[in-house]
Amino acid sequence: MSLIYSLYVINKSGGLIFSRDFEGASRLDLNDSLRLASIWHSLHAIAGQLSPAHGCGGIELLSAESFDLHCFTSPTGTKFLLLVEPQCPQVPALLGRIYELYADFVLKNPFYEVEQVIKCELFDQAVDTAVRRYPLMLLSQPAGQGQMLAAGLS
Amino acid sequence: MLGAGARPNRHAVNIVERPIPKTRAEVSTVAFSAYAYLFSELISYAMDRAASITELEERLDKVGYEVGTRMMELLSYREKTVRRKPEVLDVLKFIHSTAWPFLFGKPANDLQQANAADDEYMISDHDLLVGRYISVPRSYATFVPGSIVAGIVRGMLDAAGFPAHRGGGGGGGGAPQKSTTILVKFEAAVMARQAALENARRG
Repeated sequence: MSLIYSLYVINKSGGLIFSRDFEGASRLDLNDSLRLASIWHSLHAIAGQLSPAHGCGGIELLSAESFDLHCFTSPTGTKFLLLVEPQCPQVPALLGRIYELYADFVLKNPFYEVEQVIKCELFDQAVDTAVRRYPLMLLSQPAGQGQMLAAGLS
Repeated sequence: MLGAGARPNRHAVNIVERPIPKTRAEVSTVAFSAYAYLFSELISYAMDRAASITELEERLDKVGYEVGTRMMELLSYREKTVRRKPEVLDVLKFIHSTAWPFLFGKPANDLQQANAADDEYMISDHDLLVGRYISVPRSYATFVPGSIVAGIVRGMLDAAGFPAHRGGGGGGGGAPQKSTTILVKFEAAVMARQAALENARRG
């Protein structure tokens, strides 16, 4: 199965700057989302320090019985969280695609202030399109290929 | 370095050392990302210095004007047109089908005359490259990123000897998401000359 529940973007200081629910999943209260985002940010940092191996970048995947949480951290420390159904394939590729959209529609928008809440209409639309096309992405890319960027899905 | 009489090197790395005439295929392109960042910064710069949305658009228009005058010079040289065409429609077609591909890699979607007035023409583009990544917030609702292109068009017309009023890019709603229309209103002198030309042709 391949259901995408929600997307969260957390800035490098742990503030929630974007959240969007797909599939009409139960919405969290805004205050709750903000608090959980900063808790995740801390957990991520703690996990990085706890790790016995050198160069650990933090938590990338949290598997639970009812959902998977994938986390992608950009080189500047912005985190993209995607809540999906368990065992969804190719989620890192989708996260890479969303990061690409973030770089295009958010960072290249003169009305956006870095680290602030994202209010970009075009970004919302582009993310929706990317998530809607996710099943197509699975068809075009056989599972098992660890490609980061899904080309030709723009 | 170019010595006296030295041949310009076709493969010179430096852009100023390349020959001005180019074949169409050779027209170089820049990365869209790099351009988008630059344009975004340009708008931020203008926003910091403008008190109103109108002033912001005027600032962009001024930048575009400077680009337009220079571009007309370069393109007319490259097109190797021996004579300057004095007709209004010729210069508009030049902008529509020569300047647009040079700027955006495709001709403009539409060029038409306004119904109401003889001296008004409209150039429309359904997906203007400059505004592709820009979401305009509500507080700037009337702002159109295309005003820089309006400035470019004005600059080109002025350089070609067809002074026109700043038409401004009107953001049109319409079916294909965001189409931008640039309204060109020629000055009275241009229309008078056009009328004289038509009379002369009739005999």
